[in-house]
Amino acid sequence: MAEEKAEGGLVFHPLDQFIVKPLFGDGPIHWYTPTNVTLWMGIALLAILAVFVLGSRGRAIIPSRLQSIGELIYGFIYKMVEDVTGKDGVKYFPYIMTLFLFILFANYLALLPMSYSPTSMIAVTAVLGFGVFIVVTVLGFVLNGPAFLGLFWMKDAPAVLRPIIAIIEVISYFVRPVSHSIRLAGNIMAGHAVIKVFAGFAALTLVSPVAILGITAIYGLEVLVAGIQAYVFTILTCVYLKDALHPAH
Amino acid sequence: MATETTDAVAGACVDAGGSALGMPQLCADWMSNQIFWLVITLIAIYFVMSRIALPRIGAVLAERSGTITNDIAAAEELKNKAAEAEAAYDQALLDARAEAQKIVAEAKAEIQAELDVELQKADAEIAAKTAESEAAIAEIREGAKKSVNAVAKDTAKALVAAMGGSADAKAITAAITARMKG
Repeated sequence: MAEEKAEGGLVFHPLDQFIVKPLFGDGPIHWYTPTNVTLWMGIALLAILAVFVLGSRGRAIIPSRLQSIGELIYGFIYKMVEDVTGKDGVKYFPYIMTLFLFILFANYLALLPMSYSPTSMIAVTAVLGFGVFIVVTVLGFVLNGPAFLGLFWMKDAPAVLRPIIAIIEVISYFVRPVSHSIRLAGNIMAGHAVIKVFAGFAALTLVSPVAILGITAIYGLEVLVAGIQAYVFTILTCVYLKDALHPAH
Repeated sequence: MATETTDAVAGACVDAGGSALGMPQLCADWMSNQIFWLVITLIAIYFVMSRIALPRIGAVLAERSGTITNDIAAAEELKNKAAEAEAAYDQALLDARAEAQKIVAEAKAEIQAELDVELQKADAEIAAKTAESEAAIAEIREGAKKSVNAVAKDTAKALVAAMGGSADAKAITAAITARMKG
């Protein structure tokens, strides 16, 4: 957040919101230190528990509101997995659901003022993206054996073009996890940083109405982006999974 | 979370004032921490979802679709039953109407038969009475004739006696009979 220091003048620190801090004391951050990352991931976990475990504890035929939300998300992701990967992809539904819920809840919780956004951290999204990449690649070779390489060999293309296309396909295949993870982190980080920049301008009396209007507008956009990025990440995971299950073009 | 500038964090990624040096996203010192907690969170979410929430919601959804299917089948059955009942009602109405017509016709025939019998009886009675009356009248007439004969004889005898003649009963009777035939 931009801070107006005692000396006066605008100071922008739009990236300070992403600093990792220990929850207790000021000590160095080890890999096991409970930090604000831990806190907000934990809150996301609790929110997911509240919606999906607490909300569905009635097992009602006529659902309560919370149970309805859980069922809607369940149905949405289940249908997506089934439509994109086919019937045999349904057994990976819990993993995809886990990814979607984590990203969705982390994205929306990050929109609370003073909150922390784990999904804006490239380390977090890289683990998600490369995790999906590695799992899908290993799964592809385990299920299909060397036939998985057929993914890169276009049988429909003219024979001359096939090696060239294969090279392009291989490159695009290895770029997937990078774009997959940077897309999510970049979107979330950019939105949050822009809100902070507008907030910094709000300290100037003259432009504050415009700045606050800007915050409101960007916030509305971020509400959309938070949902859409969770959706995009999930559906791309499904598409990659489909390649592993059915590598033939 | 970066409002408190005094809350400085030790490390190579933060300056003395507590602000970020470069992008916090690229600070290698913090990455292992984020990755560790991310993995913990993902495992926790996965276990909760796959062990508790997803089977439960799946069961509820299956149960609901089963209930809906059953309810639709039951509604279909009830509808069929209603149609059957309506057909039965219509049939009963038709039967009742036919029955009523039959009863009316029977009653009419019965009444007609009774009426005929009664009429015949009455006719016979009337005929008998008439015959009886005729007989009585004939008897009375016969009786009157005889009386007239007797009276005439008696009167004639008396007249004859009064005129001083001796009455020959036979002659008188013959005379009177001849007269009466007359």
